[in-house]
Amino acid sequence: MPKLTIDGIEIEVEPGTSILQACEQLGIEIPRFCYHERLSVPANCRMCLVEMERAPKPVAACAMPCGDGMVVKTNTDLVHKARKGVMEFLLINHPLDCPICDQGGECDLQDQAMAYGFDRGRFGENKRAVKDKYMGPLIRTEMTRCIHCTRCIRFINEIAGVPDLGAVNRGEHMEITTFVEKAIGSEMSGNLADVCPVGALLSKPYAFTARPWELRKTETIDVLDAIGSNIRVDTRGPEVMRVLPRVNEDINEEWISDKTRFAYDGLKRQRLDRPYVRKDGKLQPATWAEAFQAIAAKVKGVAGNRIAAIAGDLVDVESMLALKDLMAGLGSANIDCRQDGARFDTSSRVGYLFNSGIAGIERADVILLVGTNPRWEGTLVNARIRKRYLMGGLKVAVVGEARDLTYPCTHLGTGPDALQGLADGSHAFAEALKGAKNPMIILGAGAFRRKDGAAVQAAVRALAESVNVVREDWNGFNVLHSAASRVGGLDIGFLPGQGGLDTAGILAGAADGSVDVVYLLGADEIDPVQLGKAFVIYQGHHGDKGAHRADVILPGAAYTEKNATYVNTEGRPQTARLAAFPPGEAREDWKILRALSELLGTKLPYDSLPQLRQRMVEVNPVFGKVGSVVPAAWGAFGSAGALDAAPFVSPVANYYMTDPISRASVTMARCTETFVKSAESAQERTGTHG
Amino acid sequence: MLRDEDRIFTNLYGFQSFGLDAAKKRGDWDNTKALIEKGKEWIIEQVKESGLRGRGGAGFSTGMKWSFMPKNVTDKPVYLVINADEGEPGTCKDRDILRHDPHKLIEGCLIAGFAIGASACYIYIRGEFYNEGSNVQRAIDEAYAAGLIGKNACGTGYDYDIYIHRGAGAYICGEETALIESIEGKKGQPRNKPPFPAQAGLYSCPTTVNNVESIAVVPTILRRGAAWFAGLGRPKNTGTKLFCISGHVNKPCNVEEEMGIPLKELIEKHAGGVRGGWDNLLAIIPGGSSVPLLPKSICDTVLMDFDSLREVRSGLGTAAVIVMDKSTDVVKAIARLSQFYAHESCGQCTPCREGTGWMNRIMQRMVTGNARVEEIDMLLDVTKQIEGHTICALGDAAAWPVQGLFRHFRPEVERRIHEYRNAAKSLAAE
Amino acid sequence: MSASAHDPANEPATFAFTPENLERAKKIIAKYPEGRQASACMPLLDLAQRQNAGWVSRATMDAVADLLGMPRIRVYEVATFYTMYNKSPVGKHVIQVCTTTPCWLRGSDDVVHACERKLGIGVGETTDDGEFTLREVECSGACVNAPVVQIGDDYYEDVSPELMEKIIDALKRGEIPKPGSQIGRQSSEPVGGPTTLKAFTTTQAD
Repeated sequence: MPKLTIDGIEIEVEPGTSILQACEQLGIEIPRFCYHERLSVPANCRMCLVEMERAPKPVAACAMPCGDGMVVKTNTDLVHKARKGVMEFLLINHPLDCPICDQGGECDLQDQAMAYGFDRGRFGENKRAVKDKYMGPLIRTEMTRCIHCTRCIRFINEIAGVPDLGAVNRGEHMEITTFVEKAIGSEMSGNLADVCPVGALLSKPYAFTARPWELRKTETIDVLDAIGSNIRVDTRGPEVMRVLPRVNEDINEEWISDKTRFAYDGLKRQRLDRPYVRKDGKLQPATWAEAFQAIAAKVKGVAGNRIAAIAGDLVDVESMLALKDLMAGLGSANIDCRQDGARFDTSSRVGYLFNSGIAGIERADVILLVGTNPRWEGTLVNARIRKRYLMGGLKVAVVGEARDLTYPCTHLGTGPDALQGLADGSHAFAEALKGAKNPMIILGAGAFRRKDGAAVQAAVRALAESVNVVREDWNGFNVLHSAASRVGGLDIGFLPGQGGLDTAGILAGAADGSVDVVYLLGADEIDPVQLGKAFVIYQGHHGDKGAHRADVILPGAAYTEKNATYVNTEGRPQTARLAAFPPGEAREDWKILRALSELLGTKLPYDSLPQLRQRMVEVNPVFGKVGSVVPAAWGAFGSAGALDAAPFVSPVANYYMTDPISRASVTMARCTETFVKSAESAQERTGTHG
Repeated sequence: MLRDEDRIFTNLYGFQSFGLDAAKKRGDWDNTKALIEKGKEWIIEQVKESGLRGRGGAGFSTGMKWSFMPKNVTDKPVYLVINADEGEPGTCKDRDILRHDPHKLIEGCLIAGFAIGASACYIYIRGEFYNEGSNVQRAIDEAYAAGLIGKNACGTGYDYDIYIHRGAGAYICGEETALIESIEGKKGQPRNKPPFPAQAGLYSCPTTVNNVESIAVVPTILRRGAAWFAGLGRPKNTGTKLFCISGHVNKPCNVEEEMGIPLKELIEKHAGGVRGGWDNLLAIIPGGSSVPLLPKSICDTVLMDFDSLREVRSGLGTAAVIVMDKSTDVVKAIARLSQFYAHESCGQCTPCREGTGWMNRIMQRMVTGNARVEEIDMLLDVTKQIEGHTICALGDAAAWPVQGLFRHFRPEVERRIHEYRNAAKSLAAE
Repeated sequence: MSASAHDPANEPATFAFTPENLERAKKIIAKYPEGRQASACMPLLDLAQRQNAGWVSRATMDAVADLLGMPRIRVYEVATFYTMYNKSPVGKHVIQVCTTTPCWLRGSDDVVHACERKLGIGVGETTDDGEFTLREVECSGACVNAPVVQIGDDYYEDVSPELMEKIIDALKRGEIPKPGSQIGRQSSEPVGGPTTLKAFTTTQAD
């Protein structure tokens, strides 16, 4: 443990701590541009120079490891001069176009120029102009502003694992570029705008739409996958202007995926902003009272077992519980939160959670991926695996689709038969799993979305037990869900009750006429044809598939428009907060259900959100610990059975369009065009398709 | 003057063959096995005792550098890297070793490699030296064929490979960590230190980087004894040295001379004197473009070694003597160097990337006088903002020539500025 | 040259090493430890450039990247960092006049002008017949033989405007003028003969 003196204060630090980190521990501010705590340290901006005794010249605090007996000074003339000098050099070729720069008001260069720079320029030569680069539909460039800190290159190489950026040429002609006018092929590219300390890399969709000081910032969570990334939603009036990450070391660190960040324009399009009732075969605008009456007229007198409800992927726990209670009041046990028809044993919580936690990936040394493409199903989980890979000594194997996951992995096979080889030890990777210190198996939603889902679950459980994936101090059995509502739905038991129908049963009932009423709570991934002649109530926020088939539409709130609970794939309940009000006559979802229940004569016993949340805790105590994970005890789950040899298929066919919001997003449509369609056509061209 | 029998590079000018047989007749590869069998410690000790200081410019003790290498054998390989990326303006000494005396280098590589426990050696030759590199490769091939290197080199039981790696046009690769990056197949951008190459160099393995001349003199030092080498020159500035004398002399040349030779003697004895006589001398850059120039008054008496030149606020650098007579536009001569450094900056760190370009632009204006007198101090301030603030020494090297110019020739620049202003004024008056 | 200055439309779409060069490439890669094949990036770019009429196109860089398993952007960085890789087509003879201070002191500007006059092109340009490209370069490292001009792999030393014109004439005739000192020096010794090592000036029998 080296002990050193900084500005006269003695400090003892962990070996390997840099002077800059030691300064941070002491609360001493060291300005920096290139240094980023999650990236490698190039020490190229030279802003963090400090004075060190016995060193002939100032040293870069970010790159200098603390040594025993060092005496460092951060507040001397030499240091101030060095900072001033660097600041001046950074600004001589910077356009100083802050008034028209989107970064203005939240710019490191602007802030540090104020704090450490000269009050005037001395540079009388012509400034450098740099041609802007095309980086795809998400990142806008203004390369003349670039200060060459190389954070973007390091981010895309190290964190995203997609080496598409580099610095070409040299000296003052050095330029950051993609490999010649190529879109950046990473699902995390939006973070480039965040790591860029100046206005060189910016959000394309946000360009010139707002200034940071006119935005209201709401700290909330994302629901476009099951990761539960912590985000900040910036609104101006009723409009979401942008989405930014918040730091949560357990979940997303400080990154978010591109869908999380850029699908927000989907919140403004295709919105259901008033109730509709189908009259004469056509959906007609209606009042809430008319819509409710239409439902009451249909539902009253229908036997409970002829009524069913399916919850979609973006639905919050509150509304699912309210619907569950309403359905119980109507005498129906036909409810399911698995609109994709996934079949697995939900009796034991440990059987459907990402038990190690996302951060737990960093402790794993061997990872087996089963039926999942984590890059698309849980981008931040994939980023965490890559982070673990960069730490060294990680082995990854895949059973399922072979994809470029940004780290090397062994492909064992496409279907369950490969699991057999691991179970009986005939496959070489079985040895690796057995010999692992902390083995991990990640089971994707694709593994459950098949008839033998429960058998796959059981087989993987058996494998997990045989290779010590579960110990007292370690549980590496992980399920990676792709729907934000899924774990919450399971946790409150939005599942078929005694004798109730599951999704497949409900659809079969609707087709054969044994189910008369289907309540779709934000369920949009169902083929409308399968709903037969049933009377369909659609409650949700987008005019997507479900609404088109509906007989009554009840306009609900999107995740940015309500205070609501979601449970991520780890089993961590988190709260989404209202950042903007729902549009038009749309309302928070649980309130709609509460109002409807009264009309249907089964009044729900809660009048306020706190009361409803109290009811959630009664149903499942995990809801009493918002923000943290209640570990689930290991137990038996899954049901042994024959395994189908069919290959595993990822539930995500197009990362950029997975739900009603992203499907309504123009930005996501552009991404689909750029990344998915062009890749498909390229595959067709080269004949490697399939 | 140094006696011929004390000269190491007897085929400096290439009158004889560079091949193995001729090299052996000149004394190379003479019982190398015996030298190696004296052991690592002995070799390093001898080189330390000889007082040999690195010939690449910095002048750090070669023996000391070797002793920084890890003593304990680990599973990581150890590398010797030879810096033959000669590109410091004024300097062309290593070129002669590469093309005319490559066996001295190769034998030195073997002995130095053995001393630091290296398993392989890469000789990084600047890309423009195509033919020079080919000579080295032929000499390497000869040495392999004769069992001097490779498996069981010289019959010592020591396995040692030597490869050449060609550069492709980047002065910065003469900086040792940039050179390492370049061998790794990347842009030649210097690394931050620590870690030093002795801890983590080529492929993150312990590495020593030495200049061609430093290594090529080692076999002779070992054969003739550290005392012999240490007896030449002056204390702490020992031995012989290759000098490159270019510019306004009657007979530009390379020559091996004793360290500490008076600058005037060096030029008059070997380079035929300054064009138009010693009194026609304006200034000399004594150690390659990176060191500040010296006006005639200092050149009259200064000795050519590390410490003497340091005392007059310049440096021996690569011992490349660039002579400028009174016809020289000294501002332009230095401005041309500013252009050189702006062109060669790798672009990685801020002060050098931005500062060298800025300096160059001001210097080009100073040549014509199109500047304000206050800009001189501003320019010097800019050089100070670069100096000592960069990752590598290129920033310093770019700053020093400019500082040297104003230290000794500031009135000349001021005269030009006034002249330019007056001309502009009289034009306006017309 | 900026990244986007490449107009892919003007570039050949494909490049493949000849079988002989592929063999050479394999030998080059073998010089470096296993897993360090990226070290061969520079020599392979040189090999590709020599095969590709003296310049590296996008396709040649891609070929090098793919052969070495490197991200293409990394090869592109290298190719644009080092001055010896030509990113656009060049003439058959690339005349590179060193104009850094030691050469400048001995009249390199006049040599440049002689080239410009003789070839009818400016620095950085290529003659219409595609025979000559003229360049100014930074220190060639042969300063005691200034002015120095590099043509192809060879150095022409101690040149003057007149000698430069003769060299160009010879090249135009399809001859390869003798490289090295153009005024009869052996190499870097003082003109008229060395002041030292006189015993070593006779060719020693091998």
